[in-house]
Amino acid sequence: MMNTKLEPTYDERELRDVYGQLLFELASKDKKVVVLNADLARSDGTLKFKELFPERFIDVGVAEANMMGIAAGLANMGMIPITHTFTPFSTRRAFDQITISIAYADLPVKLMGTDPGVTAELNGGTHMSFEDAGIMRTLPNIVIVEPADAVQFKSLFEQIIYHPKPVYTRMYRRRKERFFDEDMQFEIGKIATLKDGSDITIISSGLMVGQSMIATRMLEERGISVRLLNMHTLKPVDKETIIKAARETGKIVVAENHNIINGWGSAVAEVLAENYPVPMRRVGVQDHFGEVGLTDFLLKKYHMTAQDIYENAIDLLNLKA
Amino acid sequence: MRLTEREVKDLKRKALRIRMITIEMIGKLGVGHIGGSLSIADALAVLYYKVMKIDPKNPKWEDRDFFVLSKGHAGPALYSVLADLGYFPYEWIDTLNKPDTNLPSHCDRLKTPGVDMTAGSLGQGLSAAVGMALAAKICNKDNYVYAIIGDGESQEGQIWEAAMFASHNRLNNLIVLTDYNKMQIDGYIKEVNNLEPLADKWRAFNWNVIEVDGHNVEQIYDAIMEGKSQDEKPTMIILHTTKGKGAYFAEGKVTSHNMSISAEEWQRAIEMLRKESESI
Repeated sequence: MMNTKLEPTYDERELRDVYGQLLFELASKDKKVVVLNADLARSDGTLKFKELFPERFIDVGVAEANMMGIAAGLANMGMIPITHTFTPFSTRRAFDQITISIAYADLPVKLMGTDPGVTAELNGGTHMSFEDAGIMRTLPNIVIVEPADAVQFKSLFEQIIYHPKPVYTRMYRRRKERFFDEDMQFEIGKIATLKDGSDITIISSGLMVGQSMIATRMLEERGISVRLLNMHTLKPVDKETIIKAARETGKIVVAENHNIINGWGSAVAEVLAENYPVPMRRVGVQDHFGEVGLTDFLLKKYHMTAQDIYENAIDLLNLKA
Repeated sequence: MRLTEREVKDLKRKALRIRMITIEMIGKLGVGHIGGSLSIADALAVLYYKVMKIDPKNPKWEDRDFFVLSKGHAGPALYSVLADLGYFPYEWIDTLNKPDTNLPSHCDRLKTPGVDMTAGSLGQGLSAAVGMALAAKICNKDNYVYAIIGDGESQEGQIWEAAMFASHNRLNNLIVLTDYNKMQIDGYIKEVNNLEPLADKWRAFNWNVIEVDGHNVEQIYDAIMEGKSQDEKPTMIILHTTKGKGAYFAEGKVTSHNMSISAEEWQRAIEMLRKESESI
């Protein structure tokens, strides 16, 4: 268990700046690292890489399908290719290329999808992918992670890069939220227990970790003991920790920045249904497309705030009576 | 350097041998992608028996040349070469598409020793070949990457994404051959969705383009050598071929893409090819 303050704060730097530094340090010591971009380097923090390692920076232009194929070819030759584009173009736009050239061929390409879910903000519905993690989840061989802040990203970064399988990472490039203490460590495939509790469990990922922390405090103020889990890895699913939470708390709310169909809530529901069914609720995008809007506005409009998580939890707790 | 008369004869016999193995492999199964497999036999013979730096005893040799069969459904032709070269036991050719086989209908890098890249969803193998050529450049290695794409496959947009990238990045270590047999599943290319002017398209994408008779091993060899002499451009060799070449029941037939074959047909076809080989 980890001791977090359950108080979302803000970093001075955006995640993309932290990421740029991590990439630089990694590429300095490992000559196999190759950065690929599809005409978004100026916005995702990898442009600096181009200046420092021009021979290992590949901009394919606006051609995501080709980028995935080239990355597969690079990985096939022992390089470590890291692709970058927005979440929808990192998944659905090139889904067959990812499926055959990367997943089926089992080549460990690292796919970075930027601006997950509502954080696509003013790019609007065309760039606001609520299905990206869901469709990727249906592919064998693929690992899916969603680091919530810079601390978690740093802890998971080299695990992602050196993972023997292809990894899809949802990357909050423009966000500054800070959820975790500087020294906290995380492990791919293992749910992080942020706070223990016995009355109800809240499982969340990415942006929704912040909303879940606030909801947890609201519930605790009413004397409810909340177990707060962070499922930063959507696949492979940490079944044990989910089953244990079901057994010990009997109720689960899942909060995700994704369509509730085939995302984190679905993954948890599958584990519960087959192993230890308990009442649960899914807080997330209720099967509709996105639109332009800032994150806070969209969270409210789509009923994905701390208050919504809180109310779902209360609903579940009232079932007992 | 040109091929000697003896080398030409050897390669012609090798191409016929690839055809015989391919026909036997698909014939014993009774159905398969015979048309587009037979049309690339001569190109494969030149690549694998003359041009490419390979070691059948060590399929993963790092300093080898690489080959991507982007038209992955022609796997049986490649398996014939690999079986003949001893990449795996020859008996495997009887397992094509059988349960638990290592020789699936479409090429799979995880299953077949000597297969350098998985392909089957058309248009994708060329991008992978581009990535492999790029990796060799980044690592300052002198490996060549060869790929064969289909003419029908060239209707995929991804082919042209890869084409644009390869010339922009001066991948002169990439030599691609188009099996231009003029046919696809639904009919003649020119009637379904015309590729012409095909050579001009590749030239417009800044490639070194050579057109040859795809069943003439000397012309194929000379074209590859010319490709290897390029300072900057990747090379496209357009192989003018005949679908089903060498199997009397399939040659020049639109229906040969994926056809049923009787025992009498495949056995008679092999007998005809054997006689042809003996006459060389």
